[in-house]
Amino acid sequence: MNETATASGYNFAYLDEQTKRMIRRAILKAIAIPGYQVPFASREMPMPYGWGTGGVQVTAAVLGPDDTLKVIDQGSDDTTNAVSIRKFFERTAGVKTTTKTTDASVIQTRHRVPEEKLRADQILVYQVPIPEPLRFLEPRETETRQLHALAEYGLMHVKLYEDIARHGRIATTYAYPVEVAGRYVMDPSPVPKFDNPKIGDCAALQLYGAGREKRIYAVPPHTKVKSLDFEDHPFRVQTFREPCALCAAEDVYLDEVVLDDRGGRMFVCSDTDYCEQRRTDGHRGKMLGKVPLGGEAA
Amino acid sequence: MTVHAFTDPVFDAQKVFRAAMNVLSRPGTLVPLEADVRPPAPLSLEIAALALAFADHETPIWLDAALTSVSYVGEYLKFHTGAPITPHPVEAAFALVSEPALCPSLTSFTAGTADYPDRSTTIFVQTDTLRSSRSFTLRGPGISGTAALRADPLPPAFPREWAANRALFPRGVDMLFAADGWIAGLPRSTELSEA
Repeated sequence: MNETATASGYNFAYLDEQTKRMIRRAILKAIAIPGYQVPFASREMPMPYGWGTGGVQVTAAVLGPDDTLKVIDQGSDDTTNAVSIRKFFERTAGVKTTTKTTDASVIQTRHRVPEEKLRADQILVYQVPIPEPLRFLEPRETETRQLHALAEYGLMHVKLYEDIARHGRIATTYAYPVEVAGRYVMDPSPVPKFDNPKIGDCAALQLYGAGREKRIYAVPPHTKVKSLDFEDHPFRVQTFREPCALCAAEDVYLDEVVLDDRGGRMFVCSDTDYCEQRRTDGHRGKMLGKVPLGGEAA
Repeated sequence: MTVHAFTDPVFDAQKVFRAAMNVLSRPGTLVPLEADVRPPAPLSLEIAALALAFADHETPIWLDAALTSVSYVGEYLKFHTGAPITPHPVEAAFALVSEPALCPSLTSFTAGTADYPDRSTTIFVQTDTLRSSRSFTLRGPGISGTAALRADPLPPAFPREWAANRALFPRGVDMLFAADGWIAGLPRSTELSEA
């Protein structure tokens, strides 16, 4: 812990105690009613909406001085959003931070679930832009609330069916709706549908925070999470033709990187920590340069 | 004996919250509750710590007969949390139960509405033990396979009362049980059966 870098004049983890209590109460309700969006009095944070204010508030309410925090943005530890949120908690809470998934006790994420299997002593906090899975089908909050109350999710099935009618398959590739514990339909935040199977029966508690929309929801550990589908059009995740160009990993989610203006491209792990760990372990993709990581170079 | 609330309000509340979060997300699992509080008897240390961590001016507290009979208890909670004390269980955000055998029916508390099932009572129950030989089997979210609840004593007709509460899902009350510095959770999503 870097004591000297901790900003003075703020409460631990920035939020005042009454705000934390209010968020903590919402988290308890969210856990008790898996997939239900609990309204909470979201505060203004010193960052714009859309930068993870919901996730930041949940993290601030959960965090203790002994926690180790990891923040990822689209799987990456070193993009602006991840770096600034990590710094925010280094300064306001003085907690240890890490980029290693295995070393973290709290992981705040934007739009990915880490490739590494999560443990029971870890908490995954998602940043959520639009928590209501039915919002683009029914704009009125009063109506969507009633649809959830009645467990009336026909609209969503019609939407998925129209996808099939138009494209021959369910065309939704991210924020793919799931049914949690056989009751609520939930937006898993804009993670690629590739990550949906990792949300179900996960050993870690998963918390979702939407700052602008003022909602908190949760998936407890070992909870059944089913991606919506049809018997004749079962849910399938994305597959990739080739392994990661840097670490040769298969069965992971890959990002496309355009290399030149002549159609050159490479596919690399979206989870940077996972990719680095594999390269350190000696795995080599076909486009990895000659100097290996880990100081083995002569 | 002087009574006092958290000696370290920020970090004590955080520790109590994490313990409560862990037991509700893993029903039946026992988690130690560490907090430096000294409440007036008969309010127990664990129940006091939970109330101090979660209650404030937005959350009315209901006290059972034994806790109501000692005026210090209500005064202690009002002074340290700012929460109003309500005589009506149906108005309570938190219900504090020190004598489970005399606990009113779970239906006397509020189960929330179909639109807002979160507007419900969370019940903190002081028990003699969480390691009784009498065990209930738990199934549901947060549980891999089955778990066990060994809290004793429990409110009257508990398995039946809880089954009725479970049937209300997503409405319903949530419960936390405490004894000897440990807590266990029973969220409304959990199915309970006699082992």
